Amino acid sequence: MASEVNGADLRVSIGSLNLRNPVMTASGTFGYAREFEPYLNLHRLGAVVVKGISLKPRPGNPPPRIVETSAGMLNAIGLENVGLDRFISEKMESLKEVNVPVIVNILGDTVDEYGEMAARLSDVKGVAAIEVNISCPNVKKGGVAFGTDPKMAFSVTQAVKKNSTVPVIVKLSPNVTDITSIASAAENGGADAVSLINTLIGMAIDHRSRRPCLANVIGGLSGPAIKPVALRQVFQVAQVVSIPVIGIGGIETAEDVVEFMLAGATAVQIGTANFINPRASEEAVEGLGRYVSEQKLGSVRELIGGLILP
Amino acid sequence: MSQFQQKTKIVRIEHFSSDIIRLTLDSPEIASIAKPGQFVMVRTGKTNDPLLRRPFSISQTSNGRYFQLLFKVVGRGTSLLAHCREGEHLSVLGPLGKGYRMDSTRMSCLVGGGLGIAPLLFLAKTILRQGTKKIPFVVLGARTRDELAPLIEDFKKMGLYVHAATDDGTLGHHGLVTDVLKTLNLTDNCMMSVCGPHPMMAAVYMFCKEKGYDCQVSMESGMACGIGACLGCIIPVEKGGYAHACSDGPVFDAKELLWQVK
Repeated sequence: MASEVNGADLRVSIGSLNLRNPVMTASGTFGYAREFEPYLNLHRLGAVVVKGISLKPRPGNPPPRIVETSAGMLNAIGLENVGLDRFISEKMESLKEVNVPVIVNILGDTVDEYGEMAARLSDVKGVAAIEVNISCPNVKKGGVAFGTDPKMAFSVTQAVKKNSTVPVIVKLSPNVTDITSIASAAENGGADAVSLINTLIGMAIDHRSRRPCLANVIGGLSGPAIKPVALRQVFQVAQVVSIPVIGIGGIETAEDVVEFMLAGATAVQIGTANFINPRASEEAVEGLGRYVSEQKLGSVRELIGGLILP
Repeated sequence: MSQFQQKTKIVRIEHFSSDIIRLTLDSPEIASIAKPGQFVMVRTGKTNDPLLRRPFSISQTSNGRYFQLLFKVVGRGTSLLAHCREGEHLSVLGPLGKGYRMDSTRMSCLVGGGLGIAPLLFLAKTILRQGTKKIPFVVLGARTRDELAPLIEDFKKMGLYVHAATDDGTLGHHGLVTDVLKTLNLTDNCMMSVCGPHPMMAAVYMFCKEKGYDCQVSMESGMACGIGACLGCIIPVEKGGYAHACSDGPVFDAKELLWQVK
């Protein structure tokens, strides 16, 4: 059966959503999933999280939008997306053929917009869960404005939860003084899970031209460079919330997945690694199966929060 | 559309100058289906730094088995590639993107500048192989003789006459490729296929617009993935908004793009 890889039980649950394994793809790094079909079997993944959607289409930021940094990259895409209507009529329609849970990442300008999007998406066949983006650093309104204030995070979560019939995941920003307070606010607002971390705000400058490398001046840092920060924040959040934590940040391999689960994550999302190795997520599933078998674990769930502290 | 991610063996390395290098890679899967103007994403290092793959247009294929990449050492990625040895393997993703449109019933003119000449070799070869009776015009430009001379050789071997132009006059016409274009006996239904620095492509397009020629250009852009996921490689388009170099291009009909000409 699909949930067994090398005979290992890899199943995990996010609220009422049961996944065949804990490996998902991170929003904004996996397009609308079908772009990756030439390289991997989508049905072997735990879930796919598609590119963030807003109520109306957005053209995104002007170029240059990305720049490579040491073991990482900065992006300021600015949430270029086709808008909710086209997403539902075209992208979700095409994703119906794919046997993998689809999690839709949403971003609104107002609390009401988040609620409206959640209501509409809940009615769409094939939407397994909603991930609420309150942490995008590259758009002016909404996004991170909701993710840095516990009161706003609570309101947005509550609005989405009230309008949603599918599990709600709240995606957190690392660019805060105390991420646990935002995580708790999301939990109190009714979130079924939190996912973290989104990108770290950063900047790159070209010393020759004396200009910023990104047209947006600042952008979000991702890739292996941010993994230690992500691990630390996942560890901290897992201590204070009782809902599942989904770990994100610099994950490339099965070993990375294991480390995030030990820190307290129930599941993970692979992001930037998809750009370099489009098979990264499926390879992580395979590697995780080998790890669980070799370690003679009854299930992958035994790893969750299993960190041995000094 | 078939795409592959695979380890490909470097079978030959040619140093055309101190910083212009050509790699020949062994991949029947990629070489047999690649089309002129398409590109590949190459992992240049073995660690996480540099992290991202680098895009390279395919400059030629042979025997349905080998393909070549022609590049200039400009940064860390290309510098690492320059130090590879024959027999080593490179992780390659491709072939990617949309290539040049070809129409064997029409006259074609290929215009290349600098390393932009690379994909035009593949295009010229394919046009000739299609058995067209219309031999393409070839106009190639670069800064100086050392840069241009080695790149012209393969066109000559195919029996094509190359109209050369250099900024310093050390080879061919002393000036721009657009000066040369004005002297050619092009017909009204001519299809111009261009690859080179942005200002050069803009100038060629302006020339085509004036004459009413079709013009297709290969656009360069920084990109992280090459497969339409990162949305980093945007090109402003005439109707507003952006196209993506990796999946909508890299070859575009020039009139669809937004050109900022000074």
